[in-house]
This record gives sequence, structure tokens and C-alpha cells, in this order.
Amino acid sequence: MKEPAVELVHVIKQFGDVVAVNDVSIKIEDGEFFSLLGPSGCGKTSSLRMIAGLETPGRGEILIYGKTMNQIPPFKRQVNTVFQDYALFPHLTIERNVGFGLKMQKVPSAEIKFRVAEALEMVRMSEFSQRKPNQLSGGQKQRIALARALVNRPKVLLLDEPLGALDLKLRKDMQLELKKLQKQVGITFIYVTHDQEEALTMSDRIAVMNGGKVLQIGSPEEIYENPSTRFVADFIGETNFLEGTIIEINGDDIAVSLDGQAVVRAHGHISVKKGQAVSVVIRPEKFNLGANGMITGQVEEAIYIGTDMRYIIRLQNNTSVTVREQNFTHGQARKYDVGDQVDLNWTPTNALVLTE
Amino acid sequence: MSIEPRTKRELLIKNILLSPALFWLIVFFMIPLIIILVYSFTDRGTYGNIVWTFQIDNYIRFADPLYIGIFWRSFLIAILTTVICFLIGYPLAYWMASQPAHRQNTLMLLMMIPYWTNYIVRTYAWRTILTREGILNQVLIALNLVSVENPPILLFNNQAVIIGLVYVSVVAMVLPCYASLTGLDKSLLEAAQDLYANRVRTFLYVTLPLTMPGIVAGCILVFVPSLGAYVTPDMLGGGKADMIGNLIAQQFGEASDWPFGSAISVVLMFVMLFGTLLYFRGLRSEETQR
Repeated sequence: MKEPAVELVHVIKQFGDVVAVNDVSIKIEDGEFFSLLGPSGCGKTSSLRMIAGLETPGRGEILIYGKTMNQIPPFKRQVNTVFQDYALFPHLTIERNVGFGLKMQKVPSAEIKFRVAEALEMVRMSEFSQRKPNQLSGGQKQRIALARALVNRPKVLLLDEPLGALDLKLRKDMQLELKKLQKQVGITFIYVTHDQEEALTMSDRIAVMNGGKVLQIGSPEEIYENPSTRFVADFIGETNFLEGTIIEINGDDIAVSLDGQAVVRAHGHISVKKGQAVSVVIRPEKFNLGANGMITGQVEEAIYIGTDMRYIIRLQNNTSVTVREQNFTHGQARKYDVGDQVDLNWTPTNALVLTE
Repeated sequence: MSIEPRTKRELLIKNILLSPALFWLIVFFMIPLIIILVYSFTDRGTYGNIVWTFQIDNYIRFADPLYIGIFWRSFLIAILTTVICFLIGYPLAYWMASQPAHRQNTLMLLMMIPYWTNYIVRTYAWRTILTREGILNQVLIALNLVSVENPPILLFNNQAVIIGLVYVSVVAMVLPCYASLTGLDKSLLEAAQDLYANRVRTFLYVTLPLTMPGIVAGCILVFVPSLGAYVTPDMLGGGKADMIGNLIAQQFGEASDWPFGSAISVVLMFVMLFGTLLYFRGLRSEETQR
């Protein structure tokens, strides 16, 4: 097996009394598009900054291609960063901005010229080489920031919410473009974002973080389909939680009683006991509406959103769930109206039992 | 970008609001300047009165090596003062800007406190420090660095004037430098480090060029008043290190030669104006080259 590109080993980082990163261990493989995903303050940016060398870990070790980096200053690390606000040098032209890293590495000027031109071409910004950063739009600055980092041919590229300042349309375009670029250059990308959709779209693997800890690491499918905790289930995509107690366990198949009323069946990988209080997690698109369901409820809201119908259904135990039904047949999206009684059903393997 | 008035009413309001400032500038700056300019072409009467003739003798007289020498010395003293102020002021501003926010305010206050005292009192303080039996010489003698019989002469020479000028002007260097340093985007420094620039190169390639506007402002604020300084060379130069300001004061005072004094003032003013213009033109062309 190849050496991991970046490895964090029991890394702890404190700022005053605040523990920003709390015992984080991650292995990022060579050539991978790896995302650190979580809400603001979860420690994702601190982790990235420690890999860049802009912060030093309080405890633990950071390795890049097997070499410990704790004592290595940022300017000696073979990694480059695309900063959140781009951090382009306002006093230099685009050409000089992109060539800055090469100049600092004392690359001959003829080669700098060549490589800068090449990098600008890659991000399709060649005609802007003589402009200053303040003459560019947000999306253009973003491309320059990318070119400025990639021109150095780093072993690892760090991206700190690089698309955060762009509008939605441009962000979507850039997501795909970044992904393509990563495949093309073959460099390991470590991408920090709070946007779960962005992480799902682009990443090979995702580490979901909260409160300075890594909650789950896995492919987008694993994280979405098999979240390990309630937080991950809630943070990634939309989800419903049904609270209950286990009354029967039959292998992976678990029967859960919702407040002593209805009994539902769900799926669980984790070790659980009979009588344990658990959450049954079901994604809105995994419900079937119809007759003879596991539970019943009343339609509280029926919202037409084009691709789907979205129903908010109040269950008998007074919790409400969100259900999405695909708009499959022309003109027949709205099957239920507000006030209708409906039964909810699902395949047990589509519902997941979680304890924490 | 200026906000253009849209209606006659707005234009009227704009003129009313501008009038106090305009009045001030015209009465206290423009008119005196014009008077000086006019005087510089007149002649001095026997009793120091103005003789209303038009002639350029005052300017020709200024071309005398004696006066040019004084002018040249003033220029060198002002340049040296500016350089020393920069060498002290910029690192000080840099250090202040790197302190935690609450401490920066305290430091700023500490720097301002001496300036609440009268300028002349502070300059007198330097006389007691620099005089033959002064504090500085006593310390040097105590440290056995100089002999008791023959301590160095510290007062009434060019060095004393430069020390005094640096002392009063250094704050004018620190403030604009400090302002531009605190305004510096810290992520740019991180970007430089990320792009293989060590601390020294980060400073040379990012910090220094980006704080250049503050440095330029500081240099102008120190150089211009230093070139025309009068009180400091008078008190610390003791008549042995006269600067152009003293020459002008003499013409308006003891010599009672207002026309000649006016001519020197005009020359001084135009030299400064020309220098500043040249400088800004240089800045602009550099800007377009980049």
C-alpha cells in the first residue's frame, strides 16, 4: 500500500481555553479528493492550517508523505493553500502573483515565465496576466488563487472554503471544474467546507467534524446512507428522527416501539440491547406513502417543488416527519392534500437505528 | 470618487458647507502666500520698509554660496532626520502593530503623552541632557567611556539639531506607518509564507511594499517640517548650525529685510513643491509599469 499523503495522529489544538481540534486522527491517501466537512467552529479550518504549517499542533503529530512536519515552517512544506478570501497580493500583477511561489523558490525567471503562462492557461485566465487583483471578479480571483497554488506543483493542495464567496451558479460550475482539475493534475486535494452538498459532489472521501472531533470518515455514499451518529445523519442531507425503544432484535433487523404505540422495523449495524432507547433515522425520499403502513399520520403541509412533492406529516405521537415523493407522472404530483390521513411505510433496510 | 451635486439646491448646500474651509484657506493661506510672493520682488528701504519696485535682486542674492550652503545643510539635516526617523519609527510601529489590541492602545497613549508638553520645553530638556555638564556626559563619564577633563561637545552642533528634530518628528513617522501596518491583511502574510517566503522575504516582498503609502506619508510629514525647522536649530544649534528657517527668521527679525526673507521662503516652498510632485510622478509611473 502507498504511503498516506497526509496523516494526522492524535492532534490536539487549543486556543486559550477553547479546544479547537480534539484528538483528531486522519489518514489521507495519495491522489485523493478529501473533504473536511462540518459547521463553523468544528475544527476543520484549524486542522487545515496545521497541515499548512500556519498553526502548530499543541499535541500529536502531522506527517506529510511519512515525514513529521511539527517543526517544519510553512515555507518549507511542499503544500500550498487556496485561501478563503484568496489572499492575492494587491500590489502585484496576476502574473507576479502566480509566479510568487516560484520566485521565492529561486526558480530561473525563464522557467517562471513559462510555468506561470501554463498555469494561467489551465485556469483559462491567460489574457488577465497584466491586471491587478482588484480588477478581477470573485470567480476570476478564485481561479488565480488556484493557479498561484498549483503552479508550484505541490504534493498536497489545501483549499479553505474556496468557493464560499461565490454565488450559487458559479459555485456549482467551479465544483465540477475543481473536481476535473484534481483528476487532471493528480494532486491530493484537502478541501474544507461547511456545505454538505459541495462535499458530497466533489469528494472521494469525507471526514465529518463537530466540536473538534472527527465523527465519521467515509465515501459520500457511506456517509449519506450509513451515518454513524445522529449529528452526521442530521448534518448530511435532510433526515427524520423517530424516537423509540428496542423491543426485539433479530440479527440486523430491529423492531422499535415508538413511545409504546406503533412498532416499526429498522436496520442496525451497531451493538444494541433490547429495551435500549434509540433513534430511527429515515431520509425523506425513503418513505412510501399509501395504505397499510407501519405508522399513520395527517398531512400538515403539501408543498410542490417541481421535481418532488414535499409533505410534512404529523404522526400520532405528535412528531412531524418530512416525506419527499418524486414527481413521476405528468400532472399527478399532488396525491395528498392537507388534512388527509396517510400511512407511512418503508423497507426496514432503509431505516437506520442510531444510539448517539 | 466625488459625489456630483444633482440639483441647484444641492449645489447651493455644497457651496455653503464648503465656504468656512474655503474662507480659512483663502484668508490664512492664499493671501499670505501671495503677499510673500509679491514682497519677494520688492526692495528693502533704508529703515527696513518695503520699496515697491519690481526686481529679482533678492533671488540673485540668494545664489550666494553662503546661502546655498545653508540651504544645502538644511537639506542634508532634513534628509538625515527623515532616514533616522524611519529607522526608529518603522520598527517601533511594526512592534506596536504586532501587540495585542488592548496593549496597542496603551502604547499609543504612552507615545502621545510627551507631546502634551510644550514643544519648547521639550527642546530645552534636550539642552540639559546634551550640555557639557549634562546628564548624558555624566553617564558617559561614570561609565568611563570619556574623560572627565575633556568630555565630548554634544550641544550646539549639527548632531544636536538632528537629535532634536528626530525627537519631535518621530511620532509623525510612527503614526502613518502604524496605521498602514495595522491595516495590513494578515492573510497576505500567511499566503506569502505558504508560497515559500521566509520571514525576511515575506517582509521585503509583501509587508514593505504594502505599507509603502504609510512610509511615504511619514517621510513627507517628517521631511517637510524638518527642512523648514526654526525653533530646534535655534535652540540646539546655538547659531552654529543654522538652517534655512533661521535665515528666514533673521530676515524678518533682526535684519528687517522682508523682501529677501520672502524670496528665500518662496525658493524653499518651490523646492518642496517640486520635490513632492516629482515623487508622486515617480510613484504613478511605477504603478503603471507594474
